Amino acid sequence: MPKARLASWQQWAAFAAWTAALASTPLWATNYIAVLAVSIAMNTALALSWNLIGGFTGYPSFATAAFFGLGCYAGALAQRAGVPMPLAWLIATVVAGAFAAALGAIVLRLKGHYFAIGSIGVVEMMRLVISSWDSFTGGGDGLNVPLLSGGPNVVARVFLAVMIGIMAVTFLVTILVDRSRLGFGLRCIQQNEDAANMIGVDTTRYKVIAFTLSALFCGTAGAAYASWRGYIDPIESFSILMSIKVPVMCLLGGAGTVLGPVVGTAGFMLLEEVFWASFLDYNRAILGAVIVVLIFFLPGGLLGIAWHDIGTRFVRLMRPPKAAA
Amino acid sequence: MSATVLVADRLSHRFGGIQAVNDVSFALAEGEIVALIGPNGAGKTTLVNLMTGVHRPQSGRIRFGGVDVTAQRPFEAARRGLARTFQIVQPFPRMSVVENVAAAALFGGARSGVAEAMDAAREELAFTGLAADADRPAASLTLAGRKRLELAKSLAMAPKVLLLDEVNAGLNASEIDGALDLIRRIAARGVTILVIEHLMKVVLSLATRVLVLHHGQLIAEGSAAEIVADERVIEAYLGRKYAQRATAEKFRG
Repeated sequence: MPKARLASWQQWAAFAAWTAALASTPLWATNYIAVLAVSIAMNTALALSWNLIGGFTGYPSFATAAFFGLGCYAGALAQRAGVPMPLAWLIATVVAGAFAAALGAIVLRLKGHYFAIGSIGVVEMMRLVISSWDSFTGGGDGLNVPLLSGGPNVVARVFLAVMIGIMAVTFLVTILVDRSRLGFGLRCIQQNEDAANMIGVDTTRYKVIAFTLSALFCGTAGAAYASWRGYIDPIESFSILMSIKVPVMCLLGGAGTVLGPVVGTAGFMLLEEVFWASFLDYNRAILGAVIVVLIFFLPGGLLGIAWHDIGTRFVRLMRPPKAAA
Repeated sequence: MSATVLVADRLSHRFGGIQAVNDVSFALAEGEIVALIGPNGAGKTTLVNLMTGVHRPQSGRIRFGGVDVTAQRPFEAARRGLARTFQIVQPFPRMSVVENVAAAALFGGARSGVAEAMDAAREELAFTGLAADADRPAASLTLAGRKRLELAKSLAMAPKVLLLDEVNAGLNASEIDGALDLIRRIAARGVTILVIEHLMKVVLSLATRVLVLHHGQLIAEGSAAEIVADERVIEAYLGRKYAQRATAEKFRG
C-alpha cells in the first residue's frame, strides 16, 4: 500500500487493549457502562462484518439488518424448539451465511446504487415475511426466548463475554482476509472490477464469498442478542436504522482497513451517548449533522487522517524558527 | 509453419442494429506478431472482446491451444494464458505499481502466494522499465507509464498469446520507439502477439502479417507490403495519398 500501514503487532496490540477495556467494564464501571460495552462489542462485530463487503469489496450493502434479524429469528426459533443455546447460535450463523450465499448470487449482479437499493429491499422483504408468517414466527407479536438463569448481573457478564468473543472472531477473520489472496482479490474488485476480471480474478465467486463472510457473524450476533434480550420482534430485528448505522460506523473509522470499524464503532457510539445525554430533543439531528460533516471532511475515516504528518508538523511548529538568512 | 495457438472460426457479433463483427475467421501461429488494422468503428476492439470472453460471440467458435474456449469468461481467458491490454488503461488506481502487477501475477499467473507474486511483479517491472516507479501509486504514472503498466500486468500473467489494444495511442514519437522495442522483446520471449494499431509505422516495422477489418468484415490479410498495395485496403483505410507515398518510398529504396 502506498499509505503507511500499521504493522501486524500494532493492529493486534490496539485491538487487544480495546478488548481488555471493554471486558473489564464490570470491574470498574457502572452497570450502564457495562451494558454499553456489550452493545459496542456487538456493533463492532457488525461493522467489521460490513467492512468485508462494503470496505474491502466496495459494495455498499444495507443488508446488515437482514442478516442480523435472520440470526435473531433462527436462534430464537431453534432455542424454543429445545436446541441448547450455543448450538442455536451456531445454527443462526450457518443460516445467515447460507442465506447470504444464495442471495449474493442474485443481488451481487447489481452495482453501486442499484446494489444498495436492492440490499435495502432485502431487509424490508425479510421483515414483511417474518411479520406475516404468524404460525411460525409469531408475527408482529414477536417471540419470547428462554432466558438465561442467574440474575441480571450474571447475565450481563455472560453476554459481555459472548459479544466480545464474536467481535474477536470477526476481527480474526478480517485479519486473515486482509493478508490473504482473497483480500487482495477483493481490493482489486473494489478498485476496478472489470480489470480484476481481466487479470484472472473470479469476481463473482469472490464477491459471493465476501458477502457470505459479511453475513455469518451478523447471524451469530443476532442470535446472541435474542438470547440476551429474551424477546424479539420483527421491527427491532429488521431495523433499517441498523443497516444505516453500521456502515456509518465503519466509514467513520475507515472502510477497508482492519482497525477502522473498531475505531469507528467506538467513536460513533460514544458520540451517540454524549449527544443522547446532553441534547434530549435534538440528539438525532445533531448526530446526523456530525456524521455528514465527518464523512464529507474525512473520506478515509479517522484512520485515513495523516496523523504522522500532523505530529511532524506539530513538532516543527514547536521548534524555534530558524534565523532568516 | 509452426503450430496455430489461437483460432477464430466465423465469429459474428451484433449490438442492436450494428453488425460489429461479421463472419471473421483467422488463426495465429505460435510466435507471430500479427497486426489488426482498420478504421474507427471497424470492430477491432469488439473482436478482442470476443476473443477474451468479455462478450460471447453470437455465432462462431474460438479455439485456444486446441481447446474450444468460445464460452469462456474473462478471468478464465487470463488464467489460460490469453491476456490483453485495454485501449483505455485500467489500473487499480489506489494500489502501488508493483501491487498492480502482483495482482496479475497472483490471479492470472497462478503464483502460489502474495510474496511470490510480488517477486514476479518486480521482475516484470524491471523488464518493462518501470522498476523505479514500483512503489508509487498507479494513478500517479504518466500515460506512457500507465501503458507500460498494462503491459507489465499482462506479462505477469505469463501469457501464451497477448492481445494489445492500441498500446501506442496517445504516446509521443520517442515513447512509441520505446514501446516498439518493448513489444519486440516480448515477442522474443516466445509470446504470440496480436496488435491493434492505427500507426502504420508501427504496423510496418513489427508485423509479420496484417489483418484488415472494415465494417466488421475481414477485407484483406497478408504481409505488410501486400496490404499497403491492396486496393480495398487503400479505399477503406489507408487513403490514396498514403499508398502513393508508401509506394514511392519503396521504389526509392
